[in-house]
Amino acid sequence: MDFTFDSEQNDLREAVRGLLERAYGDSEARRKVALNDPGFDEKTWSRLAEMGLLGLPFAEEHGGMGAGPIEVAIVAEEMGRVIAPEPFIEAVVLAGGLIAAVGTDEQKGELLGAIAEGASVPAFAHAEVGTRWSASASAVTATQAGDGWTLTGVKEPVANGARADVLVVSAAVDGGTGLFVVQGDAEGLTRTGYRTHDGGRAANVRFENTPAVALGAGGDQTAAIERALAEARIAYSHESIGAMDTALRTTAEYLKTRKQFGVTLNRFQALTFRAADMYVSLELARSTALWASMVQDAGGDVVSAADRARLQTSRAGRHIGKEAIQLHGGIGVTAEYKVGHYTSRLTAIDHVLGDGDWAADRLAAEVAAHETVDPLGAPYAV
Amino acid sequence: MRLQLSPELEAFREEMRTFFTTQVPQEIRDTVAAHRHVSKEQYVEAQRALNAAGLCVPHWPVEWGGKDWTPLQRHIWREEMQLANVPEPLAFNTSMIGPVIAAFGNQEQKERFLPKTANLDIWWCQGFSEPDAGSDLASLRTNAVRDGDDWVVNGQKTWTTLGQHADWIFCLVRTDPTAEKKQRGISLLVFPMDTPGVTLRPIELIDGGFEVNEVFFEDVRVPAENLIGEENRGWDYAKFLLGNERVGIARIGTTKRLLAQAKEHAREIVADGRPLLENPRMAARIAELENELVALELTALRVVANSSDGKPHPASSVLKLRGSELQQAGMELLVDIAGPLSLASFAEEGSDVPDFARVATPSYLNYRKVSIYGGSNEVQRTIIAGTILGL
Repeated sequence: MDFTFDSEQNDLREAVRGLLERAYGDSEARRKVALNDPGFDEKTWSRLAEMGLLGLPFAEEHGGMGAGPIEVAIVAEEMGRVIAPEPFIEAVVLAGGLIAAVGTDEQKGELLGAIAEGASVPAFAHAEVGTRWSASASAVTATQAGDGWTLTGVKEPVANGARADVLVVSAAVDGGTGLFVVQGDAEGLTRTGYRTHDGGRAANVRFENTPAVALGAGGDQTAAIERALAEARIAYSHESIGAMDTALRTTAEYLKTRKQFGVTLNRFQALTFRAADMYVSLELARSTALWASMVQDAGGDVVSAADRARLQTSRAGRHIGKEAIQLHGGIGVTAEYKVGHYTSRLTAIDHVLGDGDWAADRLAAEVAAHETVDPLGAPYAV
Repeated sequence: MRLQLSPELEAFREEMRTFFTTQVPQEIRDTVAAHRHVSKEQYVEAQRALNAAGLCVPHWPVEWGGKDWTPLQRHIWREEMQLANVPEPLAFNTSMIGPVIAAFGNQEQKERFLPKTANLDIWWCQGFSEPDAGSDLASLRTNAVRDGDDWVVNGQKTWTTLGQHADWIFCLVRTDPTAEKKQRGISLLVFPMDTPGVTLRPIELIDGGFEVNEVFFEDVRVPAENLIGEENRGWDYAKFLLGNERVGIARIGTTKRLLAQAKEHAREIVADGRPLLENPRMAARIAELENELVALELTALRVVANSSDGKPHPASSVLKLRGSELQQAGMELLVDIAGPLSLASFAEEGSDVPDFARVATPSYLNYRKVSIYGGSNEVQRTIIAGTILGL
């Protein structure tokens, strides 16, 4: 049991923080980037690639760094600290993670190397209108066509779905949900992109007999999807920790400088007590997120750990996001000031792969199956 | 970053678990588990069992029975003790006055008090709060005036927990009423509760129990040698002592036990044709509490790993704040599971109501105290806002 980062991990954090500070230390820079497609900065993306971050979790033989979940957590938290708009989790952790988990050696060699170099930005097309946060697909179906497949149906909203050059798509197959790779220029693929409230991009992605290649050996991949979603939830929990940390520090700074009634706001206990409660929420969530990454690293039940991290960071993110604006007052609702953007991003994270109530329901279904929860015991430590 | 305990710590945890579940009498542990009244004799028997095995005061200096354990070992020791429903060693002895005497007392005081304090041969009580000095403890007015070789103490203390069992009291008294800062004129005296001029009045609590007392002092003569540390430095010792009080106050093991009991009882009660535990709202409520408790336990592990030089990590305020809230939430859950049965609080023989439902509401009412003692939760918020956030 050890909650401390080693020196290499601290160095990684310093390096990532330096890079992202240069890009987004001034929150206006992020706002400008978000105005134009693709909603992130291609140059910053290249710099992330140069630092090796875009291949961080992939095996070295596939062009990656062979790093573990703790390193991914560090990068995600630093992204959250400045709410960097680059799709690190979406492209590398989630889409890349699926390729790494189920792809053939050939697919891994081809696709992961390109992601690591920054040449390819994939997206996972999974969400469907009318259902939510499921590991299976129904609105897009896959049909075998000779050696290959075709897909038909609609995925939406797909984060970075318009910019992506490669789509990993979940689709209904006989006996479950399969995973497929679709090229961005494939026939019968129509993508309509739009802005999201947090400054990002999403798309309606329409498949009409679109040619596709099965990812990996084919067949039902629901378990692999469930696992990849869990790992992405853990990464998002770290991004939200970074965002919450900045939201709280920004708020505390504001309380110390803003004057009303002739005194700074930190003279009002009604405000400082609420800031103290934000700190409590943040630290409890931080512990849970770090733990979930350690469970993943240890090979424990990552799906359950991700649900726990999701529940805790969801509650904390809503609490801190809302209070950060309220303690600022009107300026917190303006687009010119940064804190509201953090609340917007936290709200997006909260809904992309399952919110707190959703996670609580999943945990509630298991509540009768154990006497107590031991975070250092089974099924988390194995 | 590593999840697993080392093999050594895993073995240590097993050793603690085995000791607490086999070497402390079952009857005492059942009493704690059932939230029934723990008698003075039971407290003494349990503490002596721990002390005989060298497991009573691991955080003390080694020469006085300490173990030189890491903070993580101490955390495991405490959690396993709570999980096994073992009454914790009396905090007034082992967490409060013992460490103060070990740190600030003279050699004679250490020899005189520490072994008996560890073994509960002396039962200590705390003379800190006064009717007009609660959270603002430094405003205390009980005074001690030097007269020859004695201090003469006059005044009143309150909220003196289990004072009815106590042999001795450690008492903050004002020895320099002219000091510029009120914190500067306070000293720490210790004296027997049967000293002439000491009287005790029990205070009944809303659960019908007697736990706290008022203590009155009228010309109580205390020998000068019973001053702990230096004259007028008592406030420093009080802060040291209260810092110790906050460590371990999260009571995670205790709340874990509460939630396990709640689930057991919720299986037995039928609501709308199915066990209450299968009611989605109830299951979700328990799941949320379990998750909050996991978050708290992990935070405690983070804090203990970072409190190296013996000083509590500032985030220990989070443990007190959230730990007390979760203990209260656990008790509230038990009352809600008992439902209408919770009205049968004082039922005796001839009642069909299960024991847990009888004690649920008195315990819930009694537990309102946990967000008040040890520095109220509002004091903890003040510490977080000031010390951590710089507000």
